[in-house]
Amino acid sequence: MSESKRTIELTIDGRKTSVPEGSTLLQACQGLAIDVPTFCWAENLTPVNVCRICVVELEGARTLVPACSRKAEAGMVVQTESERVKLSRKLVLELLGSSVDMSLASEFQALATKYDAHPERFGPRAPRAAPGEREAARAGHHYAEDGEHAANVAQPKKVDNELFVRDYAKCMLCYKCVEACGTDAQNTFAIAVAGRGFDARIATELEAPLPDSACVFCGNCVGVCPTGALMFKAESDVREKGEWDESRQTVTDTICPYCGVGCQLTLRVQANQILRVTSPADHSVTSGHLCIKGRFGWGFVQGKKP
Amino acid sequence: MDLEHLSQAPTDAETRAIDALLGPAAPDSHGAPVVHGPTPREARARRTFLLPALIALQERVGWISPGGLGYVCRRLGVPPAEAWGVATFYALLAVEERPAAFAHVCDDVACASRGAEELCSAMEARLGPCASSAHRAEPHAPRAGHAARWAKSPCLGLCDQAPAALVTVAGERPVEQAFGGATLARVEEALAGKRVAPASFALASLGPRRLLARAGDAKATTLDGYAALGGYRALERAFELGPEGVRKEVNASKLVGRGGAAFPTGRKWDAVARHVGKQRHVVCNADESEPGTFKDRVLLEQDPFAVLEAMTIAGFATGATKGWIYLRGEYPLAAERLASAITAARAAGKLGARIGGRDVAFDVALRRGAGAYICGEETALLASIEGFRGEPRTKPPFPVDVGLFGEPTAINNVETLVAALDVVRDGAASYASVGTAGSPGTKLFCLSGRVARPGVYEVPFGTPLSALVEFAGGVPGGKAITGVLLGGVAGTFVGPKRLDLALSFEAARAAGTTLGSGVVFVMDDSIELLPMLRRIAAFFRDESCGQCVPCRVGTVRQEELLARLARGAARGGLDVEKQLLAELGQAMRDASICGLGQTASSAIESAFVEFDSLGPLGRKRS
Repeated sequence: MSESKRTIELTIDGRKTSVPEGSTLLQACQGLAIDVPTFCWAENLTPVNVCRICVVELEGARTLVPACSRKAEAGMVVQTESERVKLSRKLVLELLGSSVDMSLASEFQALATKYDAHPERFGPRAPRAAPGEREAARAGHHYAEDGEHAANVAQPKKVDNELFVRDYAKCMLCYKCVEACGTDAQNTFAIAVAGRGFDARIATELEAPLPDSACVFCGNCVGVCPTGALMFKAESDVREKGEWDESRQTVTDTICPYCGVGCQLTLRVQANQILRVTSPADHSVTSGHLCIKGRFGWGFVQGKKP
Repeated sequence: MDLEHLSQAPTDAETRAIDALLGPAAPDSHGAPVVHGPTPREARARRTFLLPALIALQERVGWISPGGLGYVCRRLGVPPAEAWGVATFYALLAVEERPAAFAHVCDDVACASRGAEELCSAMEARLGPCASSAHRAEPHAPRAGHAARWAKSPCLGLCDQAPAALVTVAGERPVEQAFGGATLARVEEALAGKRVAPASFALASLGPRRLLARAGDAKATTLDGYAALGGYRALERAFELGPEGVRKEVNASKLVGRGGAAFPTGRKWDAVARHVGKQRHVVCNADESEPGTFKDRVLLEQDPFAVLEAMTIAGFATGATKGWIYLRGEYPLAAERLASAITAARAAGKLGARIGGRDVAFDVALRRGAGAYICGEETALLASIEGFRGEPRTKPPFPVDVGLFGEPTAINNVETLVAALDVVRDGAASYASVGTAGSPGTKLFCLSGRVARPGVYEVPFGTPLSALVEFAGGVPGGKAITGVLLGGVAGTFVGPKRLDLALSFEAARAAGTTLGSGVVFVMDDSIELLPMLRRIAAFFRDESCGQCVPCRVGTVRQEELLARLARGAARGGLDVEKQLLAELGQAMRDASICGLGQTASSAIESAFVEFDSLGPLGRKRS
C-alpha cells in the first residue's frame, strides 16, 4: 500500500521538504531534525492532540495547528517557532505547571526554561483535594473560589493493588493510558475519562478500585504515562523512601522467558531490585506493550514468595 | 472486547425503562446483547443508543444507578468505564441518588438581569442549598447533592421570559417543564408535578416575516395546518429543481450558517453531495445553548414541520437518506412537538422510503442532549450522537467528508434550515430582495436583558443595532443603553459609542465583532459589568469538555482572574492582570481544539476595550 504513496512538498521554517502522503507535520519536522515538543503524542498510540504543546503556525490557518496529527498537504508553509507558537507553548507549559505536578515529566523543566514559562504567576497553589473530592465534582457545577489560589489537581495517591500506583496529582490528562487500555493496545476498556472540564479525570466505572474493575494489570497504561502519574509500586516505594538514585541503577535489555512470543524487556534495576519493566515502543513484537507476566511477574527473581 | 460488567442488578422499573427503548432482552441472555460477537458496524449501531438509554433511566428513576448503568452496558455492549465517562459528562444526568423532582434554576446573564438572584435566594430559603454549592466549602462533609432538590443552571434558552427554570419529575410518566416567569411558587407547583402555565413572549418582525411566517400560529404545529399555511411547497419546488438545482439556488442565495460560524450552506451541501455512493447524513443542530439564544427554540416549538421539510430538502439536495435532530435536553416542549411532527410526517408519507410517492427516501431520528453546551460544536455533537463523550474532534477532516459514524454529513443550524425553505421555494433572487449585498435576507435576533419587550425579532440584514433595540421598546423606563452583548458569550460587547452598528455579517466583521447566534443582550446601568464577566467566565469553565490544556485550564485561570477583579483584588495591579488575560486569551484562541476555547475570552476581552473603565455599568467593587 505504501509503495504507491505520492510525495508531498511543503516548506517548514523556510526549508523545503518532501514527505510521503499521509505524513504528519511532526513527521515532516522530524525529517528536517526540527525539534517539536510533545507530551500526549507517542509513536505507538493514535494521536489525540490534546496537550497542544506541539502547535505550529500554518500560513493561512486561523488558529495554530497540532503538528502531531495534522497531515502534511502540498504547498503548506509552516513556522515552528513563530511568536504565536512560542506564546501558546509558554501558556500551555504554565497552565500545566500550575495545575499538575509535572516534576517527573521528561523535558518539562527544559521546555519551561526555553519558553520562559512561569507557572507561579497564576498565584499560590490551592490546597490538595481531600480523598474523593475530585471524584465528587459534577459536570456543569463548581464551587466558585475567590481567585487567590491557582486551582490544581493535587490529591492523594490511589494505592489499591501491589503492582502499580495512581498518583493523579501528576495526571495531565494526555489520554495515553485510556488509549493503551482501549483499542490502541489492550482492548480492555477498564478506564476512561470521566467528568468534564477541569474536573475531568481518568476513572474506572463508579471510580471503583482497580482490582474491582475490568483492569487486567497489563501495565500498558504505566508504560505510556509521560508524567509518572502511573508508576510501578516498586519504583514508587523506593521514591517515597527517598532512595531513588539513577546513578546506582542499571538498564538491561532481555527477552521475556514466559511464553514463545519473544517480547523484548528493558529492566531498570537498583540495589538488585527490579523497579520498572518496559519494552521499546518501536519493538516489532510488542510495540512497547506487554502482559501482566512480562510487566510485573518478577517476584521470583527477587526471591519473594508469591 | 474484554468486558467486565457491573454486578449490581437493575430494579424492575429500570429494566422496563431500558427495554421500552431497546426492546426486550433475549431470553436467558441475562440482559446480554442480542447480537453476539458484534461487527464494528453492529457495535456502532448499538452504541448510539447509549445516551438515549441513560436519559431513559434519568427520566424513570431520577438518576443513573449502578444497577441501571450496568444493565445499559450489558444491553449495548458498552464497557462500563466508558459508559461512566459518558454519564458523568452531562449536567442533566445525576449519578447520585436524589429526589425524583428536581429544579434547575437559571442564573445566567439574561436571567441574572431579571431577578434570578432573588429567585435563587428564595429557593435556598425554602428548599435548602443548591446542589453544587456545598462542594469545596466543606470538603470533608457529605455533599449536599444527595438530598438537594435544585441546582443553578446555565442559560435555559428562555431569556425572553426570564427568570427561567427547568423542572423534571422522574417517574413512570415523567414530567419535564421549562418555563419562564419563574417564581418560587411556580417552581414548587412544577416540582409537585403540576402543569405550569407558559409565560408570554414577543415575536415580531421589522420587514418581511419569513422565518417567523408561521411562528405563533397554533395551526403550524399540525401537519394539515402547516400545509394550509403553505407548508411543503418548498419541497415540491425542490423536486422540480432536482438536487443540483436546489444546491445552485442555495449557493446563489449566499445563505450562510446561522449558528455562529457563518459558513456558506451551499458549499457545505455541495461537499456532501460529492460523496456519491456513500451513506450520507443531514444533522439539524438544535443544541442551541449559547447563553442569550432562544430563536431556534421558538422555531422548533412553533414551526416543527418547517424544520422537517427543510431537512428533507437538505437530504434530497445532498443525497442523504438519514436525518438527525440533536435537540438540547433543556427543551422539553420542542422535543414533544418534534416527536409528534415526525410521527405525523411519517404517517402522511412526508418522511420515509418514498416521500410524496417519489423515489426519494429520507427519515429523521430525534436525539436529545443532556446538558452540555459543547455538544453544539458540530464534531462534539456527532460524538454525542454516536454514544461517546461530547468531545470535539480535530478538523480536518471536516464532517462533510468524515462526519457521523465516519460518513459524509451536512450539519445545519435550525434557523439556517428554515431560511433555506424560503430560498428554495421563492428562489435566491426573491430571497435577496431584502438585506445587504453581502448578507441577503433576514435574520433572527434574540433580545433579552434590560429591554422593554424581550423576544425573537426578525429583521432584514443591515438593520442598525440601535433601531432593533428601539423596536423592542428600548430600555424600560426610558433609561440609556450602556452597552450590548452581541452574538452571545462567545461574541463581543458593543459599547455605547457603537450602537449604530449595522447588523450584517460584513459590517460585524469590519467592526471586529460577530452576529454569532443572534444574541442582543441589552444592558443599562443596573447591570454590574464585573460580576457579569465573572458569570461568563464561570460558564466557560463549566462547559469546557476538558480535553485540551488551553481550554481546560485556561478557562479556570480566566475565572480566577475575573474573581480577583470582581473583588477589587487585582494581583500586581490591573495592568498585570490585563496582560495575563490577553496572553490567556491569545493561547486559548490559537491553541484550543474547538470554537469553545477559541472564543472563551472573546466577550471578556472585548469588555476591557469597549468600556472606558471597569465600572461604566455599575460600581467597581472594592
